[in-house]
Amino acid sequence: MNISSTGLTTEQIAELIDLVKKVHGFDFSDYSKASLKRRLSRIMMIKKLEFYDLKHKLVNVPEFFQDFLEEITVNVTEMFRDPSFYKALNSQVIPYLSTYQHIKIWSAGCSSGEEVYSLAILLEQEGLKNKSFIYGTDVNTVVLKEARLGIYSYRSIKTYSENYVLSGLKGSLTDHFTTLYDAASIHSELKANTLFSVHNLISDKVFNEFQLISCRNVFIYFETQLQEQILELFYKSLCPHGFLCLGSKETIRSDAFKKKFKAVNQKENIYQKIGS
Amino acid sequence: MGLDKNIIDRWHNSEILLLGGSAGSFKLLFSLVKLFPSNLNKTVIIIMHRKKNFVSEVEKLFAKNSRMFLKEIGDKDEISRNAIYIAPANYHVLIENQDQFSLDVSEAVWYSKPSIDITFESAAEVFKDRCTAILLSGANQDGAMGLLKLRNVGSLTIAQDPADAEMREMPAEAININAADYVLTGSQIFELLKE
Repeated sequence: MNISSTGLTTEQIAELIDLVKKVHGFDFSDYSKASLKRRLSRIMMIKKLEFYDLKHKLVNVPEFFQDFLEEITVNVTEMFRDPSFYKALNSQVIPYLSTYQHIKIWSAGCSSGEEVYSLAILLEQEGLKNKSFIYGTDVNTVVLKEARLGIYSYRSIKTYSENYVLSGLKGSLTDHFTTLYDAASIHSELKANTLFSVHNLISDKVFNEFQLISCRNVFIYFETQLQEQILELFYKSLCPHGFLCLGSKETIRSDAFKKKFKAVNQKENIYQKIGS
Repeated sequence: MGLDKNIIDRWHNSEILLLGGSAGSFKLLFSLVKLFPSNLNKTVIIIMHRKKNFVSEVEKLFAKNSRMFLKEIGDKDEISRNAIYIAPANYHVLIENQDQFSLDVSEAVWYSKPSIDITFESAAEVFKDRCTAILLSGANQDGAMGLLKLRNVGSLTIAQDPADAEMREMPAEAININAADYVLTGSQIFELLKE
C-alpha cells in the first residue's frame, strides 16, 4: 500500500528523462522533480522493475511506453471536483459566456473526461449546450479512450454525486446517466458536441480559439518555467476576454502574466484575459 | 519533565519541524501553533488529515492564534524560516527542493490526502537529517513509514505515546516498525518544543 521511494538518484532520473526524450520524443525535463520521482518509483514498484529493467523496457518494448505514460501522468480526477469552483463558474462566468453565438471550451489535461462531462451538464442546465463545443485533450491515449466511453464505476459515481449536490445543480447526477450493472454510462446527448483528442501541452501548439479554458491540477506537475510557457499557449488560445480556470491551489505567479489576466475569482483561480 | 539533553540539543539543531496528525491530534497541534514565538527560526510544516469539500476553518483559527506567519500551502510556494505551513485538504504536499513545495493530487495513501507518509518521505530526501518529525494521534497507519525514512537519514523522530493519544494506531505503528527515536506524551512534546 505504501509507495516507498526506490531510492532513485537525481542522476538516474536525469538519465530516464533523457532516454524517454530520445526514444519516444516526450520531454519530461521541466516536470516537477519531486512528483516525477514519486511516479517513477511507483511504476518500478507496481511493475516490479529495477532501474535497469525499466530502461530496457522503455527502449525495447514499444507498447510499454503507453503504460509508462499512464502511470507518470496523474489521472486522478472527479466529476464536479471542487464543487465551489462549479458554483463560481455558474454565477460568474456562464452569464458572460451566454452572450456568445458559439461557445468553445478546452479542458486541457482532461484525463478520463470527468470534467468535460461536468461542464456539459452545467451548460445543458443553463440551456447553452447546443451552441457549445467542448474539446478534451490529454497526452495519454489510454485515458482518452475512457473519456470517449463516458462509463464510470458505481463507486466513482457515488463520490461524484456528492460533489454534484454541493455544486448546487438541480436534480441528481444520476439523472444524466444510464445505469449498467456496476457502472453508469453518461447520456449520449451529453456526449454530443464533445471531442477528445491527443494534445501535448509541452510540445503542441494553439489549435483553436476558445471562450473558456480549464486546466486544473495540471500545472502542479510542472516547474514554474514550463508553467509560464503553457500560460502563453493558453493566452494565445483564448479569445479577447476569454476565461482561464486553474486549480484552487494554482495561481498565476509571474508579473508578466499577472498583467495579461484579471482575477475574476481569486479563491477559485478563475482569470479573464485582458486585451487581445 | 526530565527530557534528556540529547533530545533537546537535537531539537535545537534542527531547522525543519514536521508535524503529522490525524483523528485526535487537533488540540495538541493547536496548542503548539499558539506556543511558537515569532522568532522560532525554523520552518514548521503541518500535515493534518481532514475532509475535502468542506472549507476548513482550521487555517483561520490557527492563523488568528499564531505569532508566526502561517499559510495553507499552494503549489510552488516558497519555503521560508519563521513560517508555519499547513497542507491543503485533498492534495499531497511534496518538497520540491530546499526552497519550494509542490502539490500532487494522485491516489490517496491509507485513504488520506494529504498523506503524512508522502510529505515525510519527500522531506527525508530533500532535508535529510535537518528535521524534527513528530507523529501524533491517528486512527490509521499513515506517517509511520515516512517517519522511518526520516529516522534512517538522521532526523530526530518522535511518536506520541499511544497510551496518551486519543487514537493510538498511528503512533503505535511508528513505534512498531521502530521509526521513533523517542516516545513522548503530549505534554512532553509541548515541553520539548517550548525549549
